[in-house]
Amino acid sequence: MINPHIHIEGLTKSYGNEKALKALSVDIAKGELFGFIGPDGAGKTTLFRLLATLLLPDSGSAEVLGYDTVSGYKEIRKQIGYMPGKFSLYQDLSVEENLNFFAGIHGTTLQENYHLVQDIYQHIEPFKNRRAGKLSGGMKQKLALSCALIHQPKVLLLDEPTTGVDAVSRQEFWEMLKNLKEKGITVVVSTPYMDEAALCDRVALMQKGSVLKINTPQQITAEFGHALFSIRSDTMFKLLGDLLQLENTHAAFRFGDTIHFTSHNKEETSQSIANNLIAQGHHNVVVEPVLPTIEDCFILLMKMENNA
Amino acid sequence: MMKGFIVKEFLHIFRDRRTMLILFGMPIVQVLLFGFAITNEINNAQIAILDHSKDNVTTAITAKMLASGYFQLNKQLESSDQIASVFQNGEVKEVIVFEPDFAQKISKNHTAKVQIITDASDPNSANLLASYTSAILMDYVGEFSSIRPLPVNLSTQTSMLYNPELKGVFMFVPGTITILLMLISAMMTSISIAREKEMGTMEVLLVSHLKPLQIIIGKVIPYILLSFVNALVILFLAATVFHMPMNGSMILLLSESMLFIIMALSMGIFISTISNTQQTAMLLSMFVLMLPTILLSGFIFPIENMPVPLQLLSNIMPSKWFIIIVKSIMLKGLGIAYFWKETIILAGMMSAFVFLSAKKFKIRLA
Repeated sequence: MINPHIHIEGLTKSYGNEKALKALSVDIAKGELFGFIGPDGAGKTTLFRLLATLLLPDSGSAEVLGYDTVSGYKEIRKQIGYMPGKFSLYQDLSVEENLNFFAGIHGTTLQENYHLVQDIYQHIEPFKNRRAGKLSGGMKQKLALSCALIHQPKVLLLDEPTTGVDAVSRQEFWEMLKNLKEKGITVVVSTPYMDEAALCDRVALMQKGSVLKINTPQQITAEFGHALFSIRSDTMFKLLGDLLQLENTHAAFRFGDTIHFTSHNKEETSQSIANNLIAQGHHNVVVEPVLPTIEDCFILLMKMENNA
Repeated sequence: MMKGFIVKEFLHIFRDRRTMLILFGMPIVQVLLFGFAITNEINNAQIAILDHSKDNVTTAITAKMLASGYFQLNKQLESSDQIASVFQNGEVKEVIVFEPDFAQKISKNHTAKVQIITDASDPNSANLLASYTSAILMDYVGEFSSIRPLPVNLSTQTSMLYNPELKGVFMFVPGTITILLMLISAMMTSISIAREKEMGTMEVLLVSHLKPLQIIIGKVIPYILLSFVNALVILFLAATVFHMPMNGSMILLLSESMLFIIMALSMGIFISTISNTQQTAMLLSMFVLMLPTILLSGFIFPIENMPVPLQLLSNIMPSKWFIIIVKSIMLKGLGIAYFWKETIILAGMMSAFVFLSAKKFKIRLA
């Protein structure tokens, strides 16, 4: 990648004996909407703090906007917008006071940069005199995003911005991120919600401090490489065990209220699976072929990683 | 950039009822408490008198004692057997025994004996009672000899300089100012910085145009102002409610207070650099600052009476030096020439803590 906005190479960080990040390498281009997807404990927050110059790496390096996060931390701090995972605004200050304050510590004013945050801020402007602590989860995140944007950053680092936010607000929030991307801002997001991966330009699937895969969400699902079936029966508790016992089973795992199943046998059809299960004494068996989602890919990759 | 920070800090303070209570309620309550309740003055102490002689001299002495206001006659005893029982009942704190033929012995031998027995289960007040009593006796001997020119044998002479009435308030006000300034400056700043860490807002502050030094200054300025206002409130209360004299220069006193406030604030910043939660910050301030300040500064217990190791330890208590300065100014009316050494020590401590906390203040997390 030529002149990436973020260049991470072999980044490693441990807390005591616990390895939070294991030799992570990623390049993120200017104007990209990039997602780090992974469950709690994958090392997302550690990575964001390292990028935001708040932690020192044990080894490896990271560059943001061409500045090293260790030696160039002062420059990086002025040019990025950072939104920590925990709601980090002043709960006892009003919406407007918070925004004015954060504009102030970045050497600007709300009036001056109103146009930058207008799209987002107008959602919460009717509540501008309300204390931040009294806002709903979604409004809090919109305010936090406005505060992180007020000084026209070139790179936005958003650590789990949609955690604890209702479905509607999450959708609105992602719309806003897309608009920001359109304006040329590099947006780096982390999230534990697999369904949000599809909204990113590219994602890195993370687990236990390592990257399992980096690619566009479309490419990741395209590389799934197996026919995927969604299976249900009257005796769900028995179903998973029975599926794992089948001769050609490649993988079987719970997915919502169904079980997702892949087979080594390329000839496998819904009918052949159903017949197998009926023979095992299952009733009302429903087998449907489905398209793999990022979550399926993630689970499969995780299983491969654990078996390796 | 700084203006917004300071405004925000004031908003935090004014919007938190508990902070406001600690800032403005506590100084007033403490001054009044120390001034009125926790006092080691003597007022209406219960005494008994065993007068074996009952002549004009002993009656005169008794009357003088009771007229002083310090003592109240609980019982006239008839025999020395009763002494043990009145003490055991806890009715009296002191028994005064006049020997038989008191007046006669005075006129004949120019000497007579008074026995003072005190309940020393509370040694401080026993001590005070005994010295009050002997002071009144000496006083009487003085008057007595002026009427009849007799050679009088005085074995002791005590004089109470600067606080002739031994008013406790004069002792407590300097101590209270010291403790409160320490508490508000050090504890409140350390807590408010620790709160930023705990709430996660420190992360956002660090990732901004602000330099660490600006964060510190923005945090500290509101507390400097509020501590200063507090010092004024305490001095006002001391002067109006307790009639504490102000013999020296007010400007000098306030400048020395400013020095002490900034010293305490830098201690607070130092504490906040080593604690990550408000609770740790509070406990550290309490145990590292408050207790030693109260116990070792000479505020309650005289430093001269401490064992040598503790006396040496008291030298590193900034409050010890500040109390000396406040007393010198308020009670003795002295100028800087008399306590420049103490001032230099305080200034030295201040620079040390400013340096340490600037060095320890983290530009990153953990």
